[in-house]
Amino acid sequence: MVALADTTAASRAMTDRGQLARWVMLGLAAALILLCGFSLFVGATGVSPVALMIDLIAGRDIDLRARVVIMDIRLPRLALGLLVGASLAVSGVVMQGLFRNPLADPGLVGVSAGAGLGAILAIVLGGLLPSALGAAMGYALVPIAAFVGGWLSVMALYTVATRGGHTSVATMLLAGIALAALVGAVSGILIYLADDAQLRTLTFWGLGSLAGATWGKVLAAAPLMLIGIVGAPLLARGLNGLALGEATARHMGLDVQRLKRLAVLLVAAAVGAAVAVSGGIGFVGIVVPHLLRLSTGPDHRFLLINAALLGAIILIVADMIARVIVAPAELPIGIVMAIIGGPFFLWILLRRRGILEM
Amino acid sequence: MIRVLATCALALAPVPVVGERVLSIGGSVTEIVYELGEEDRLVGRDSTSTYPAQATALPDVGYIRQLSPEGVLSVNPDLVISETGAGPVEAVELLRAAAVPFVEVSDGYTEVAVLQKIRDVAYALSVPAKGEALAAEVSADLDAAKAMATTDRPKRVLFVLSTAGGRITAAGEDTSAEAIIEMAGGVNAVEGVSGYKQLSDEAIARAAPDVVLMMDRTGDHAITDDDLFAHPAFAATEAARTRSVVRMDGLLLLGFGPRVGEAVRTLAVALTEAGS
Repeated sequence: MVALADTTAASRAMTDRGQLARWVMLGLAAALILLCGFSLFVGATGVSPVALMIDLIAGRDIDLRARVVIMDIRLPRLALGLLVGASLAVSGVVMQGLFRNPLADPGLVGVSAGAGLGAILAIVLGGLLPSALGAAMGYALVPIAAFVGGWLSVMALYTVATRGGHTSVATMLLAGIALAALVGAVSGILIYLADDAQLRTLTFWGLGSLAGATWGKVLAAAPLMLIGIVGAPLLARGLNGLALGEATARHMGLDVQRLKRLAVLLVAAAVGAAVAVSGGIGFVGIVVPHLLRLSTGPDHRFLLINAALLGAIILIVADMIARVIVAPAELPIGIVMAIIGGPFFLWILLRRRGILEM
Repeated sequence: MIRVLATCALALAPVPVVGERVLSIGGSVTEIVYELGEEDRLVGRDSTSTYPAQATALPDVGYIRQLSPEGVLSVNPDLVISETGAGPVEAVELLRAAAVPFVEVSDGYTEVAVLQKIRDVAYALSVPAKGEALAAEVSADLDAAKAMATTDRPKRVLFVLSTAGGRITAAGEDTSAEAIIEMAGGVNAVEGVSGYKQLSDEAIARAAPDVVLMMDRTGDHAITDDDLFAHPAFAATEAARTRSVVRMDGLLLLGFGPRVGEAVRTLAVALTEAGS
């Protein structure tokens, strides 16, 4: 049935774009690889990875500071940027496909809000934990709490919106808005309770940053984000079907209920983990999918993979800017993202006005 | 020729001296380093280090709680002296991993704490004798200021941190503002709330301040006396009737560094003059 749909006249018009999408995919992959290498050279200190490699190969004593800068600062940061950027962009595509709404982003289904609440709870009330438990969690406490918060809120929404085995997407959107309001209120209470130092931590967490990247964090969050990034392309055909309308998709033989459940779980995992390790980085989940749809069309088979690549590219570039523009200090990446991305996206919209359709 | 080369090699040989390239994190720490006369050893500062003015010429590695590890390493420090609360934890751990000595000095809003902070900084810089001298000097200065500030009719002082959006954020109990107000012979008008909190208009009316104390700054936080006292929360207060508002530099007022005596004296004089 799906194969049949692929051969309809409407889809045939997409084959040119499919060709383009493949070339874009290659280009993005090449650009990503180049940027990954380049980002290891960029930073406040003048340390060069090449010099470090030469020293390593020549068996010379390597400078401890250089080793820490490359191996423990720039590399985990690069890894985190890759994963977070890809997670957010892919989640955006999935959400927009699932809700058939160009404005849908992970924030709408309460993942970001729930994750934020988890983080705030951990920052403000973390001191009340039994000290042994607190010590065992260390600074992993905030990421873990954020993930659990994101997960719980998605499950709550899903339960509210599901009746008799059918999940109403509209109910889920509305419930998401209600949940966001509730979470906002609880966060407000906690912010009121917070002391001076906690408040400042909260402010900076909210701005989003990759500056806290450590191998521990990367390893803790990577499996969850990878589930989302790798799992999403498997939903591509389902999301393509859903784009024709829920009833049509069902007639095409798609298990729509299963598709929705899987999509929501993937997004919860990827975004919960991403928000947990990097704070509030907005913008990627909305802009990356739209840029790609505008250029290569709405076919999810290419869209999901290209979004992962472009999301990673954008985040890595923004992070490079964030860490050198006010060196030796650094800007939170969320700010860089909004300042560069906002106007750029508006420009694209203006230039191609009227083309935006889902 | 060979002799020249040999001399060069000698000059380039690493000489392990700790504390020749010092990064100072926190306004009060930087002030102490300057007071100790050790400012030539500084290679960087954080964004809260704005006094003395020469300090602002040093590279700024960012906000004390949001340090970037690579930024810190880029000024190539061999010693970091920091106020309590430097972060994030990950950044501080990476600095330790890179074998940069990281000294966190004691903190607090009492005379004892200030003197200890001075001794800690001096000790980290290996000039303990200078530290003792400075501590004695600051102690004497502060004692004199406090003695001058003593009054049998203490004024009720409301420290307003921000008036953004027409809502008043004020200092409650256990804050640096309360500590300096009490040293200067006033009492904190806000009771029963701890930390810096947004207060309702009624809570401010009930606090009944005689004087409003604010940080002297520009931008969003700048508010004229007229706007301040036009705020309904202040309408019925003694502070509005006598138009008593005191503005002081934030780092001087709340820094609890070597200028704490000057802060107490300035505030005490301002409180006495306010409303009269």
